[in-house]
Amino acid sequence: MEHKTCFHCGLDSESNSITFDDKSFCCNGCKTVYEIFSVNNLNCYYDLQEAPGATPKKIEGKYDFLDNSKIVEKLLDFNDNNTQIVTLYIPHIHCSSCIWILENLNKLQTKIDTSIVNFGKKTVRITFNNKAYSLKKLVTLLSSIGYEPHISLEDFETEKKQIDRSLIYKLGVAGFAFGNVMFLSFPEYFQVEGFWLEQYKPIFRWLMFSFSLPVVCYSAQDYFISAYKGLRSKILNIDVPIVLGILVLFLRSTAEIIFNMGTGFFDSLTGLVFFLLVGKFFQKKTYAFLSFERDYKSYFPIGVTNISSEGLEESIQVYDIKKGDRLVIRNEELIPVDCILIKGKARIDYSFVTGESETVSKLSGDKLFAGGKQLDGIIEVDVLKSVEQSYLTQLWSNDVFKTNKENTFTSLTNSISKHFTIAILLIAFIATSFWLFTDSSKALNVFTAVLIIACPCAIALSAPFTFGNLLRIFGKRKFYLKNARVIEQLAKINTVIFDKTGTITANKETKISYEGTTLSNTQELLLKNTLRGSNHPLSRALYKLLNQNDIITLDHYQEHVGQGIEANYQTDNIKVGSAHFVGLKTETASLNTAVHISTNANYKGKFTFFNAYRKGLSALFNKLKRDYDLAILSGDNAGEKENLNKLLPAKTKLLFNQNPEDKLEYIKYHQEEGAKVLMVGDGLNDAGALAQSDVGIAISENVNVFSPACDAILDASKFNQLYNYIKASKSAIKIIKWSFMLSFLYNVIGLYFAVTGQLAPVIAAILMPLSSISIVVFTTIATNYVGRHLE
Amino acid sequence: MSVIYVLLAISIVIAVGFFIAFVLAVKRGQYDDSYTPSVRMLFEDELVKENSKKQIITNKD
Repeated sequence: MEHKTCFHCGLDSESNSITFDDKSFCCNGCKTVYEIFSVNNLNCYYDLQEAPGATPKKIEGKYDFLDNSKIVEKLLDFNDNNTQIVTLYIPHIHCSSCIWILENLNKLQTKIDTSIVNFGKKTVRITFNNKAYSLKKLVTLLSSIGYEPHISLEDFETEKKQIDRSLIYKLGVAGFAFGNVMFLSFPEYFQVEGFWLEQYKPIFRWLMFSFSLPVVCYSAQDYFISAYKGLRSKILNIDVPIVLGILVLFLRSTAEIIFNMGTGFFDSLTGLVFFLLVGKFFQKKTYAFLSFERDYKSYFPIGVTNISSEGLEESIQVYDIKKGDRLVIRNEELIPVDCILIKGKARIDYSFVTGESETVSKLSGDKLFAGGKQLDGIIEVDVLKSVEQSYLTQLWSNDVFKTNKENTFTSLTNSISKHFTIAILLIAFIATSFWLFTDSSKALNVFTAVLIIACPCAIALSAPFTFGNLLRIFGKRKFYLKNARVIEQLAKINTVIFDKTGTITANKETKISYEGTTLSNTQELLLKNTLRGSNHPLSRALYKLLNQNDIITLDHYQEHVGQGIEANYQTDNIKVGSAHFVGLKTETASLNTAVHISTNANYKGKFTFFNAYRKGLSALFNKLKRDYDLAILSGDNAGEKENLNKLLPAKTKLLFNQNPEDKLEYIKYHQEEGAKVLMVGDGLNDAGALAQSDVGIAISENVNVFSPACDAILDASKFNQLYNYIKASKSAIKIIKWSFMLSFLYNVIGLYFAVTGQLAPVIAAILMPLSSISIVVFTTIATNYVGRHLE
Repeated sequence: MSVIYVLLAISIVIAVGFFIAFVLAVKRGQYDDSYTPSVRMLFEDELVKENSKKQIITNKD
């Protein structure tokens, strides 16, 4: 039989028999979405892309907080009596079908006027009529068709950001002026003597002057500011010689045309600024759909359900939660504050906070910490602390999150520019004093010529183009960097620290091994069918492992929360669960998670769960161990220690039971000892460590879901390539050094003309673009060569 | 007046015209999202096509 997949979402639909319109579906949810679309003539959704959809999740009560008008007000971009506009972030947006369906929302709901998708940012901006319609209804509609928006506490906080387009404007101005000035300089390039040129020279020259004015005053603004800031803090950054060059170019050219001495260097001036800005623009590769700045706020809900003293349920903002409030936490909801469990069965997934992979069960009266996710139905809790004072969120009050890594970092370019600037000034003064004695009329000419020709355009372009190109190459290979600085930092590191759960282990997979007496076929059949009924993650994992068996109807089935499950079929009885539950008296001390089995009160054996490590882990560590100190910081217990010792090189340090603050302190300590640390982590519990380290890389199984604030995001499938990426970063530094050499060569040639006092505008106009373009070509070819060696 | 002034004036007016067009385009956000419009233009009239298909089917019936 042909393998069937769901027509809507593409998942396996083999195991059930939901068919509609001759199409098979994996679940009723997907079928419902299909029905909605076909009723509304939106079947085209499935033509653009095969199986583009997502299964709608149950959202009952989840968006009740959108009844709270204060919260809604904060989320809306625009609101007046009739119209409301909202921008929603929808992680599922991934193909052209998504764009199509979301932009045709008004076919589904007439109250919606327009909807515009920004594919890069995965957002949709929806304008709707708020009479008889509301944001809550809109969100519910989107969720019902599988496009559930992500609304978090972060949306509540951020002021609507203005998009900064100033670089594009500056680039536009510079390019416009450069083109026109070039065009106006042409007559004088050819030095045609004669009446015609003599007569019209002034108008050409003054036009060039007026074109270059906005370039100097507006386009080059950032360089002036940066040079000023550098000088004030006594640093000779690369912008100092650039600004010196721009100023001298402009002043000398202006003087030349005022006193009718020559045509000036307006062409070189505008060209210089234009090329520099192109470099800046190129380096600014951003991944609009990724965020490198996330903290707990993007995980936390915006509103929760509060039970007032009169017993009424109402939605309140998370920030309004006070000590002593009674809250309702629904299935799959995050606990936003530290609290005490009052009512209900709690099974909490703390993997966000601690990195512990296993869920914990809690009984009423137990303390629950913020950041845990409830997995087992509805619970009621009493609040102990407000959001900011909760255990998890306090991590963010650490100073590490306030310091900007960029400010404390001296780039390669800037460290070279210090020597460069001093050398240039020396040459300028020596040449000038030489000419003062031989031919004093030329002295000023030589002085300015040296500063003009030495303007380090090519040097300033080396790094942006190398890094910009490598950033793109990395991006194509699913290694997303926050900015170019990260490449430089990555080349410098000497210590690599890994988190365990989710970083070197794969989240989805676990290895299960069985110890004990072999189960007979009937026993295995019974076990399989018993596990079928349970939703416990361990049961699900074990269920998948066992062979396909017939489905039998159990006579009796009971789940004992926190202990295990029990089932009867005909004469057989089976117990699956903790050692104590199945009747094993002496439990062997083991830190690994295990599920024990007994049939008819006879102990059979246990299934032990091991972490499954990512592919190529050993190979990666063996490559890394040659050049780097390695360590693993795990929030988990030491259960995997033996396994890791076998897998990893002997010198790898293994530390277990590390809380988020421990990790941060560990890195801080090693940095004080002089280590440059690369931290590789995945969860919120690594957030402090990622921020403290020199380079923090977040591993992500799916880059569209959230990862904590970091410098780079690495797709989990490329984990084993980490070493190659570091090596490529080192090559990038080498490329930059080579292109520095190349640009020095140009400078030497140019300086020869300058020092001997024969720098004509046309030479400057040729040399400057030539050096810049050849540097761009060189770095591009070299980085592409490096990139080809990456997989 | 010499023809060169006229030519210069024309060339600058045209150049400035394009420059203003560029600035306006940036200001209206045309450079903010450089991907979605390229997809959007491809399925502008899908819905109409859908309807006409339906009509053909009903005609046959």
